[in-house]
Amino acid sequence: MKIVGISGSIVGSKTRTAMNYTVESITGKYPDAEVTLLDLADYDVQFSDGRNYLEYKGDTGFVTKTIMEADAIIIGTPIFQASIPATLKNIFDLLPVNAFRDKVVSMLLTAGSPKHYLIAEQQLKPILAYMKAQIVQTYVFIEEKDFLRKEIVEDDVLFRIDRLVEDTVVLTETYAKIREEKEAKYDF
Amino acid sequence: MEKYRIDQSKGLEFGVYTLGDHIPNPHTGERISAAQRIHEIIDLAKLAEQAGIDFFSVGESHQEYFASQAHSVVLAAIAQATSKIKIASSSSIISTSDPVRVYEDFATIDLISKGRAEIIAGRASRVGLFELLGYNLRDYEELFEEKLELLLKINEEEIVNWSGQFRAPLKDAHVIPRPQNGSMPIWRAVGGPPASAVKAGRAGVPMFLATLGGPATSFKTSINAYRETADRSGFDSTTLPIATAGFFYAAETTQQAQSEVYPYINQGMQLINGRGYPKQHFAQGADKRDVMNIGSPQQIIEKILYQHELFGHQRYIGQMDFGGVPFDKLMKNIDLIGTEILPAIKKYTAKK
Repeated sequence: MKIVGISGSIVGSKTRTAMNYTVESITGKYPDAEVTLLDLADYDVQFSDGRNYLEYKGDTGFVTKTIMEADAIIIGTPIFQASIPATLKNIFDLLPVNAFRDKVVSMLLTAGSPKHYLIAEQQLKPILAYMKAQIVQTYVFIEEKDFLRKEIVEDDVLFRIDRLVEDTVVLTETYAKIREEKEAKYDF
Repeated sequence: MEKYRIDQSKGLEFGVYTLGDHIPNPHTGERISAAQRIHEIIDLAKLAEQAGIDFFSVGESHQEYFASQAHSVVLAAIAQATSKIKIASSSSIISTSDPVRVYEDFATIDLISKGRAEIIAGRASRVGLFELLGYNLRDYEELFEEKLELLLKINEEEIVNWSGQFRAPLKDAHVIPRPQNGSMPIWRAVGGPPASAVKAGRAGVPMFLATLGGPATSFKTSINAYRETADRSGFDSTTLPIATAGFFYAAETTQQAQSEVYPYINQGMQLINGRGYPKQHFAQGADKRDVMNIGSPQQIIEKILYQHELFGHQRYIGQMDFGGVPFDKLMKNIDLIGTEILPAIKKYTAKK
């Protein structure tokens, strides 16, 4: 199983910190899973200009192809101006329609204020649904107070991350099995 | 319709087209050489002619997994190797070419083929060629509109006066050679949504509509939009031909056709567009109401007649070689078209 984590902003450290915990949780529990963490701060990704994702070169091509090859994607993102950051939206814009078909996508959000709790529900999920993702419905919402010096200091958050990882893997396996059974029924 | 060499008393024209894809066989992983692929395309055109098929066309594609970058050169070879079948590009990417050169090439092909050549001008669905050939993708729409306009003007007027943004102006330019009958059919390639169909209608240019998959009724919307716009723009839509182009594959039974061709279509999509063809959608493709003409000869006949009733189009062309389908299978398809499908289609669509 190929799992790709995305840290969706090039600003700040909280999302990356939480995603580091997430990757550790995956490798600890599922040593056979192939995990890649794409921290957008590490890449020079160009704005979408409408071409097919296979035609992008350099970092942009690497990021899009890595995402398209994934079985499961865990999106980590901060909330900027009551929405997702432009850097993350650009990733969606770079990908084709139906890009997340047959992929499980789960979400982890970091925010400065609890008032942003429903942003994922109202702004991120509709995009993922449009792109045909199988969405892990519950997400992890982490506030600033849960962090101290690039570490998570609230145990409950760590438990929630572990549950998110488990749900992501279990759902990916389950959907893969359902799909295999369904496809085996076709004559072609 | 005569202007476009369409005779409706002979029924719906039936054609075969290739994008010139050059893809490894999904079962063996092996890929034939580009030389073999090109020769097979030429041979396929010859077989199509022998089977009584009306039309054969080759697309221009500039990227990995294709062998038809110089599609007009391949068409010239086909012009020489055949004597009756109509030949065309499907499509020529006019946006990244000089319309004068394109016209010179195709007028020459028309002379070699003794009046059988046509141009289908497209905008490119894959845009890698913009970078390769030195064009700015931001000019995608304007490049096409301007150059298509010039191409159509050259077709109408032997001495051309023209100026535009993307090419040096033409002053009393004599564009030669002329096609055998002075001009030749030029079509506009249109993707699914009505927006592009409307543009074809506004210019009064015949439309080639890509209908790869999905319910036939959803393409009817584009056809209606095309005809309405043409009529509103001062043209007579009953004189403008419409052609459709989509997947085709025939075998003894629909089940056999689907199981034979799916691996190729899926792999072709995966390699070229980066996404395979979902089995669920492909399974729905067998339904009579879906435009995908994959199935038994009887099933395909029913589908094409249903589409003809719905669209009232003048030409259908099928893509049967997508994703590296081996040549023996293509020969079998041509055989089924010639012996079973074509006679039925002609019989039921010929206008008395």
